[in-house]
Amino acid sequence: MAELLTMPKLGFDMAEGKLSEWLKKPGESITQGETILLVETDKATVEVPAFRAGVLLEILVEAGESVPIGTPVGVIGEAGEKVDLDSLGLDGQAAPQKAVEAAESTETAAPQEAAPEPVSPAEDGRVLASPVALRMAAELGIELRQVQGTGPMGRVIKRDIETYVQERDKAPAAAPSPPPMPTPSYEPSGAEFTVEALSGIRQTIGKRMTESKQNAPHFYVTMDIDMGPAMALRAQLNAVLPESDKISVNDLVQKAAAVALREFPKINAAWSAEGIRIQNQVNIGHAVARENGLVTAVVRDVDKKSLAQVARETRDLVARARDGRMKPDEMVGGTFTISNLGMFDVDEFIAIINPPQAAILAVGAVQKMPVVNAEGQIVAGTRMKATISADHRVTDGAEAAKFMQALKKALEEPVRLLI
Amino acid sequence: MTRMTVREAISQALREEMYRDERVFIMGEEIGKWGGTYAVTRGFLDEFGEKRVKDTPIAEGVIVGAATGAAVAGLRPVAEIMTINFLFLAMDALVNHAAKLHYMFNGQMKVPLVVRTVGGGGRQLGATHSQTPDAIFAHFPGLKVVAPATAADSKGLLKAAIRDDDPVLFIEHATLYQSKGEVPDDEDFVVPIGVSDVKRAGKDVTIVSYSKGLQLSLEAAEKLEKEGIDAEVIDLRTLRPLDTRPVVESVKKTNRMVVVEEGWRAYGVGAEVASRVTELAFDYLDAPVRRVAQAEVPLPYNRRLEQMALPQVPDIINAVKDVMYLK
Repeated sequence: MAELLTMPKLGFDMAEGKLSEWLKKPGESITQGETILLVETDKATVEVPAFRAGVLLEILVEAGESVPIGTPVGVIGEAGEKVDLDSLGLDGQAAPQKAVEAAESTETAAPQEAAPEPVSPAEDGRVLASPVALRMAAELGIELRQVQGTGPMGRVIKRDIETYVQERDKAPAAAPSPPPMPTPSYEPSGAEFTVEALSGIRQTIGKRMTESKQNAPHFYVTMDIDMGPAMALRAQLNAVLPESDKISVNDLVQKAAAVALREFPKINAAWSAEGIRIQNQVNIGHAVARENGLVTAVVRDVDKKSLAQVARETRDLVARARDGRMKPDEMVGGTFTISNLGMFDVDEFIAIINPPQAAILAVGAVQKMPVVNAEGQIVAGTRMKATISADHRVTDGAEAAKFMQALKKALEEPVRLLI
Repeated sequence: MTRMTVREAISQALREEMYRDERVFIMGEEIGKWGGTYAVTRGFLDEFGEKRVKDTPIAEGVIVGAATGAAVAGLRPVAEIMTINFLFLAMDALVNHAAKLHYMFNGQMKVPLVVRTVGGGGRQLGATHSQTPDAIFAHFPGLKVVAPATAADSKGLLKAAIRDDDPVLFIEHATLYQSKGEVPDDEDFVVPIGVSDVKRAGKDVTIVSYSKGLQLSLEAAEKLEKEGIDAEVIDLRTLRPLDTRPVVESVKKTNRMVVVEEGWRAYGVGAEVASRVTELAFDYLDAPVRRVAQAEVPLPYNRRLEQMALPQVPDIINAVKDVMYLK
């Protein structure tokens, strides 16, 4: 019996997909699982496998067109079978349009039994998942809601988690053929330009940062920190530590942040539909610049590890992040992010929150400058400016300020970082 | 190693144990002059004499009752019940006496009894002669239940059963007697009771079975291999005490399991194994455990209907694809 092939939902937030290429022509036979078409999403070009064996009887949507998920794009059946679109719930000419209506009216056309149903999380908010998928998600710090379940009733199963991790892993590499982003049309200015195609990572950054700025009401608190004692301590420590354990300013900052985060759990939190998620671990993500964009390297349990261990792990992770050798689970699970542009002589800057985290810390350079001491004299001092960007849905200004005070205190009395 | 049939392996185990220990004797319907309904004890009467090879009346309650008494008194009887369907007539002797004496009398007596019997369908013997009620017997603490599939396991487990001081029900399968396999020549080759065995290593799915079901499962695994699915097949061999360790280890690796048994699904071996896996490996399951078992009807006599009611290789393949979300 002929069955409809529909535009699959290939990501949690995918609403429509661009059919980039049919790999089969009408009349060609298909084995189950064989790739029959390519679909471009905002992340990558995805191969869509046939849900059953048979023959591609008809193409309903030509390559190059974008259609909403659930839209019938082709018909698979037996060789020589006559396609009766009416019996499939479609009339010939208006196929895509009708499907659009169906998608909009939320009552999508009855999904074919064998096709992966584009089911979103159950209506009561519960995400169906197999036990092993639940465990893997917890271990890898993946939010189940982000994962498209392909099991019965949209159940998230092991292979979905694996696919999800693979895609994340792949994201930094250039997507095979990045689809053009819809851009507003500008008045022709007459100026000449060249267009650089969007890599997968640029698209991901674009999407996530836009989402963050649009959804999370940011506010910012800046503090000036006396780094004299911390720099003195660092010099002392590095004089005795082996090369592999040498401590950077950033290590002192992240260790101090971990101490402060323990004190203010709402900064070490995430916004979610169910409520504010207070994280049990302090896992600090570091924004690492690469040629084609940013990646995050996550150092786990920073609050529980010694300064030397944190320094060692961070050095290793960042080095691997730079050459793209990080494992997928080392990029996820962060509960707070630090972005440090001190090495570029930046005085101060503000960062965009990495969702769903509640806050990010932007750190500038440690600089020598004239300061007024307790006695009212102008002397040479060592200062660093740090700015927290926080999600106002999760926390408020006073709390963020107190967190910054705690951070400042930890850095100004750095001996506590050694405990 | 010698290649032999399951029938020869069982016969050899009996013969070796009778030479090894003169307290071992066999009794049952037509086991002497006739040589046993399944010809396992052919020649034994001439070889060991009437004292150790006893033909009995057609009275199963008497056979198991007398054998239990002999065991308590110090002998090591191997009683044959022609088919497991007739063992219901000996239920009281088996589960109320043999299985409980050691426990109820504070260990004052041992019951080193073996009851050999034959189960299984598929030979058009009708609903009352074709049952696979193994799970019923495995329900009773105090009674060990063994149901091997291969020649080597048949020999090794029967020897272990005869040497065991507890009552052991040894279930043979009517359609496995001709099946051949390599058997170690060592006279002291014993397969321990209560140890499951990985019969085929694989990584994609765990198929758990025993007896006839094992044969079907291995066939299914071979067919699945051609489709690129690498199944691990585990032979329980003993139903009580049940060794689920290899099963749990396997499920932790494959995340999915199919249990295959010839008996009925409800309250069966598969139900027990599935339940233990949810207790011991819940966080590793990626799909609900599937059971492949006999249809819930008295087994039909009609050949086609009988084959439809019994679990078959395609049923196992379908269940495997089901738990792998391949359908």
